[in-house]
Amino acid sequence: MDLWFSEYHQDGVKLSINVDREIVSCQSDYQNIALFDSKEFGRILTLDGQLINTEKDEFFYSEMMVHVPMAVQPTIKDVLVIGGCDGGVLRELEKYESIETIDVVELDEQAIQICQEYFPKNQETFSDERITLYFQDGLKFVRGKEDAYDLVIVDTANPFGVNESLFTREFYGNCYKALREEGTLISQHANGFYEEDEEAFRHIRQRLTSVFPINKLYLSSVPSYAAGYLLFGYSAKTADPETDVQIDVWENQGIRTRYYNTDVHRGAFCLPNYIKELL
Amino acid sequence: MYTQRQEKMPIVEALQELKRQRLVPFDVPGHKRGKGSLELTNFLGEKAISLDANSMKLLDNLSHPVSVIKEAEEIAAEAFGAKHAFFMVNGTTGAVQNMIYATLKEGEKILLPRNVHKSVINALVMCGGIPVYIDTPLHLELEISTGMPLAEVEKAIHAHPDAKAILVNNPTYYGVCSDLRRITELAHAHGIKVLVDEAHGAHLYFGEGLPMNAMDAQADMSAVSMHKSGGSLTQSSFLLCNNDIDPEYVRQIINLTQTTSASYLLMSSLDLARHNLVKNGKKIFEQVIQLSQYARDEINEIGDYYAYSTEVVNRTSIYDFDVTKLCVKTTDLGLTGSEVYDLLRDEYNIQIEFGDTANILAYVSVGDRPHDIERLVGALSEIRRRFKRDKKGLLVFDIAKTEVLISPKAAFFAPHESLAIAQSAGRISAEMVMCYPPGIPIVAPGELITEAVVEHILYAQEKGCFLMGTEDATLQTIKVVKEGN
Repeated sequence: MDLWFSEYHQDGVKLSINVDREIVSCQSDYQNIALFDSKEFGRILTLDGQLINTEKDEFFYSEMMVHVPMAVQPTIKDVLVIGGCDGGVLRELEKYESIETIDVVELDEQAIQICQEYFPKNQETFSDERITLYFQDGLKFVRGKEDAYDLVIVDTANPFGVNESLFTREFYGNCYKALREEGTLISQHANGFYEEDEEAFRHIRQRLTSVFPINKLYLSSVPSYAAGYLLFGYSAKTADPETDVQIDVWENQGIRTRYYNTDVHRGAFCLPNYIKELL
Repeated sequence: MYTQRQEKMPIVEALQELKRQRLVPFDVPGHKRGKGSLELTNFLGEKAISLDANSMKLLDNLSHPVSVIKEAEEIAAEAFGAKHAFFMVNGTTGAVQNMIYATLKEGEKILLPRNVHKSVINALVMCGGIPVYIDTPLHLELEISTGMPLAEVEKAIHAHPDAKAILVNNPTYYGVCSDLRRITELAHAHGIKVLVDEAHGAHLYFGEGLPMNAMDAQADMSAVSMHKSGGSLTQSSFLLCNNDIDPEYVRQIINLTQTTSASYLLMSSLDLARHNLVKNGKKIFEQVIQLSQYARDEINEIGDYYAYSTEVVNRTSIYDFDVTKLCVKTTDLGLTGSEVYDLLRDEYNIQIEFGDTANILAYVSVGDRPHDIERLVGALSEIRRRFKRDKKGLLVFDIAKTEVLISPKAAFFAPHESLAIAQSAGRISAEMVMCYPPGIPIVAPGELITEAVVEHILYAQEKGCFLMGTEDATLQTIKVVKEGN
């Protein structure tokens, strides 16, 4: 069947994936949520027409969001995930026995329901007893927290859309307050390739650097995303992810991964010149 | 008020008909529906530019309406419960000034609160009316100047039984209302016309659980800013007439200063906004009230901020409070309102309506999304965390006590000289100084510049308020009336 899902990466550039069928498409209170099955990428989640993840390359993103900070600070116990309805980041976090609590804040309850229903592995992920789900605005949630987390992961897309408030200085400032003395915040920074994404990159970077003293960037390939890669922000109060990474400690934990390893960790912080020039 | 007639939008329908007719334009405007200026068309959009037409048979003429504008005005009057409604295209400033021109002649007195908008004083400069100010007590806790207590109005009427009109803010920028119904009764008993500045009150005609509007209070005229809470385009407004005000005379007055090329974009936006408010206003303002209340509750949770509401009502100086207004007192943080205003913009990319020496006002409307409210609350919480400081050094300001020595017109046109602000005490001001917004004069033409006035101006300057009104744009100097005149 010649049915295609297309996502525009830029006005004149799109990625099209041949799909077998649409699994679900519905309008929640906040956004359009749709799932497709494809031969090449497996099951695909889209929000407001934007590709959020695919079964095939989701681990590139999820592993890089979680294992990078965990290798730097193995003592992390309390984690806050903003967004993350697809469960990938949670699955990676659950691999660490040392983590005691994982609070998940997602605005859209329906998005989580749909992801649980149609990604079977997810049900297990969300039933981990360390997880507490909160359905509310992320900014509002962190505003009420102080000195409560070791790690905050901002797992949301679309800085100029429904999640706009999660890419603002007031959000990052409140996250800073919610983090403990040695806390870390991981966020996504789009890419430095397309003009609009570069603008989003600058927007996020500018706001984070005004809040956190340490702000490093790292890069990972994500084949289905615009430009084929994603920049991640490592913002911290004390830890430097390049010099403070505890390679032996991480290796000894025996965590199984498909993308991340400690060589990738070191390499991810080496940036090409055109991105360095954006800084 | 809903009747079948309210479904109509005569100006909008005439503009649609103009498009259908494909009339060849050999009249102004010269851009000819945008075809003559692609740059303009691309910037503003083809649809908007194609509606920028001039008066013609099909579209009627605002200076002398006989067809669609006449009908649109009648429908608007019905919607507001007025005898007549004028479409105004020079802002609510134009509406306020025409109310005054229509009721006041040279040398005649008007009673008014000192916290009026500058447009009122400017009207007095033009028409030669004499202002008699009624005390609006300072609310010590909120540090805002309030409404007019009925007793003060009574005192002023007894002292000036020859006054021709009284002007009432309904509500003030801060949402404070006076007892408009009783003030109107009292004024009418003394043959005084009641003019109402409803620049911040268009919603009072359509929402529920809000203070009384001017037409319900039987006031004689009201200037209603549709472009603020009403949802029409900036600069469009209604002037409402009631009771025995003669609309034909008022039209003559309006035509003295109003453009003969009124914008159909503005007029059609009034038509659309009126239609929308009649149909959906109740629901819209219910939502706005909910959003404002949510924001107030959350802001009051943060600590040190005070987002006030109806609990400040005392039935005298604050007879009623407009709960759509989100005013927040900031001085318990050790920050002036103008400092918080600047921080919100510069640090958090949030533009609010204004900040004064003690308060900020965030304008909440149907266009606000819940997550934008969260941003505002989140930013205020961050400002407290990052910038809270000792309260000392913050002064409490009332409107400076002064007196009117000569009429605003006499002072404005008298021979004058410029003096440094600090050296100007004891002289009669020939011009106005205000923070904008809110645009309430610290000193107005004809008033004595007292030490308190000087202190207020210098403090506002130091705290970063945006001061304006003087000929000297840098506000180092002020024009005063030459002595011996």
